[in-house]
Amino acid sequence: MKYIDEFRDRDLARGLAAAIAAAADPTRQYRLMEFCGGHTHAIFRYGLADLMPANVRFIHGPGCPVCVLPMARIDHAITLATQHGVTLCTYADLMRVPAGERRSLLKAKAAGADIRMIYSTSDALRIAREDPGRQVVFFAIGFETTTPPTAVAAKVARAEGLENFSIFCNHVLTPPALRTILATAGPDGVRLDGILGPSHVSTVIGSQPYGFVPQLFGKPVVIAGFEPLDVMQSTLMLIRQLNEGRCEVENQYTRTVTAEGNRKAQALMAEVFRPRETFEWRGLGFLPDSALRLADDYADLDAERRFAVTIGEVREVKGCECPAILRGVKEPTDCKLFGTVCTPDNPMGSCMVSSEGACAAYWSYGRFRYDH
Amino acid sequence: MTTDRRFPVRLDLRHGTVDMSHGAGGRAMAQLIAEVFQAHLDNDLLRQGNDQALFTPPPGRLVMSTDGHVVSPLFFPGGDIGCLSVHGTINDVAMAGARPLYLAAGFILEEGFALQDLVRIVVSMAAAANAAGVPVVTGDTKVVERGKGDGVFITTTGVGVVPAGVTISGDLARPGDAILVSGSLGDHGVAVLSRRENLGFEVKIASDTAALHGLVAAMVAAVPDLHCLRDPTRGGLATTLNELAHQSGVGMRIRESAIPVHPAVAAACELLGLDPLYVANEGKLIAICPAARAAELLAVMRAHPLGAAASLIGEVVADPHRFVQMETAFGGSRIVDWLAGEQLPRIC
Ligand code: SF4
Repeated sequence: MKYIDEFRDRDLARGLAAAIAAAADPTRQYRLMEFCGGHTHAIFRYGLADLMPANVRFIHGPGCPVCVLPMARIDHAITLATQHGVTLCTYADLMRVPAGERRSLLKAKAAGADIRMIYSTSDALRIAREDPGRQVVFFAIGFETTTPPTAVAAKVARAEGLENFSIFCNHVLTPPALRTILATAGPDGVRLDGILGPSHVSTVIGSQPYGFVPQLFGKPVVIAGFEPLDVMQSTLMLIRQLNEGRCEVENQYTRTVTAEGNRKAQALMAEVFRPRETFEWRGLGFLPDSALRLADDYADLDAERRFAVTIGEVREVKGCECPAILRGVKEPTDCKLFGTVCTPDNPMGSCMVSSEGACAAYWSYGRFRYDH
Repeated sequence: MTTDRRFPVRLDLRHGTVDMSHGAGGRAMAQLIAEVFQAHLDNDLLRQGNDQALFTPPPGRLVMSTDGHVVSPLFFPGGDIGCLSVHGTINDVAMAGARPLYLAAGFILEEGFALQDLVRIVVSMAAAANAAGVPVVTGDTKVVERGKGDGVFITTTGVGVVPAGVTISGDLARPGDAILVSGSLGDHGVAVLSRRENLGFEVKIASDTAALHGLVAAMVAAVPDLHCLRDPTRGGLATTLNELAHQSGVGMRIRESAIPVHPAVAAACELLGLDPLYVANEGKLIAICPAARAAELLAVMRAHPLGAAASLIGEVVADPHRFVQMETAFGGSRIVDWLAGEQLPRIC
């Protein structure tokens, strides 16, 4: 695995840490938001915070699709499986996310619902092919990165005439979420100086869509890869921009990201999906044009249209600070439930569920850093 | 094998399958036992055909351990559920510093399971037991209806005896002690995952499944004041270190750069989003000993084929929180926590 090792080299890391320490102006603060859970995970897993000067701080953003999925959508999926008797196919990290009334997909499965953990959309298609008498629903989730495979699944199902396959679409878009966070930044919201942008998303949509961040909000962006050295190099690039008073979208992840992104994937998405007028993000509320549904041409594959489901109001666990944490306003340790009632074994909020969630990363990797 | 008058027609081991009669206690069950289990696992005690094995234990303290095996798939690169069920229990007995003596095996078979596969599994068990010198001396077979099992489940129980002067236990780790592993981590888990129906990926990694009592005997002979031994099976190194830290009321500090991981395992883990520290092993052990004995122990381990890649990975520290901390290959530090929930469902 030479390819990976190059991005985890200890000497290179030391060199970068020294460069960051030299570049960081001790008279100012560098509050850098990593948008993506992948970055949060790398920062904790490799102990990167230890390698930063005290005035360079990472602020965790909302970039984990599991964390931002509102409870009502999980309830919706559980209802599909329990009341409509469908076979629900989903990625493993969704299984334990708490839904309303302390339910979860895992608990629904244990109670007898047919919920299958899959590793790719082709597993869901195969399950549908093998059991034509049963309705199979693919629980699609993720940012722009995972959207093209869902589009392909829709096209394959259409081409094969798979009538028992449909998609419960929960794909969300990153730029509107970032816009919301920045719009509420300031005294009441999060205070931040720069953004580590999501690289896998940009592999699909390119770096261009983040141009509004420097233009409208005056904050620099560096599209950053997920390897620890990527995160460090991107941090250095942000510090340099801030020091030099520059404010632009820079691309650290040139291995795969271009300004325009992957045109073919974009065309595929444009064919199969349409933006939703509004969609709820856990922690950020209802955001316009921030999520996708199936286009009218593919309406027959839309599980939301195929099965009528109504969900009552779902209330978050009292005291859970996930919303504020997802906006970068609070830290996990600010939550009273953190580490007392809420742990990865017994998650109360979504930030504790996915290993990319800020609370889980703090708890699993970093809790020796503060007093108990 | 001589023809048994009770069963004029031999079992069709090539095309036949397990059915409910094989667990019903009648002639069919007797035939299955004779032609599949006794035929391959044959030894004096088993041949007596009693419901128990009667033997005189050698002097010393007895150790007993039992383990259920539910691996999926049943056959994987480097092994199968049969040899795994032998190695697993031998190792659990050996981790007390003991010499394993005998095994007992319980089979739960699912109606419809191919006899051909059953034979393959039993042959593999027999080979593993023979190679280890630890015979299966008593057993039990049950059949469950189709859909109520997963082909075959095997439970094995082992007994062994600890040499005088050896006291090895999970609560004996002391601040200052050295922590060693016997070789590369995660091989078994990745080998099994690579054969999962819905995952199938190409790796040249075979399971490390192996009986470790020979290695343990060498270690105990050289360093009788070993404090802890444990095989990091399900949950991997991370879980085992947390268990030991908890039992002993200590913390641990390990160095990522000293932990041996096969590059192909690291790559597969990367692909699947897993951490090799949490992936299962079936032929590795963790040893904790007084720091002054660490170099000697390491040399003994490296001199044994199953410990050739042994490594000193860290030390025990005083810590009321009982944290396992790791200095990352990067020079940062982080906790190596208990696994939350089930990251890899059923790999051992
Ligand atoms: S600790 Fe738990 S309850 Fe508190 S914010 Fe995090 S996930 Fe929510």
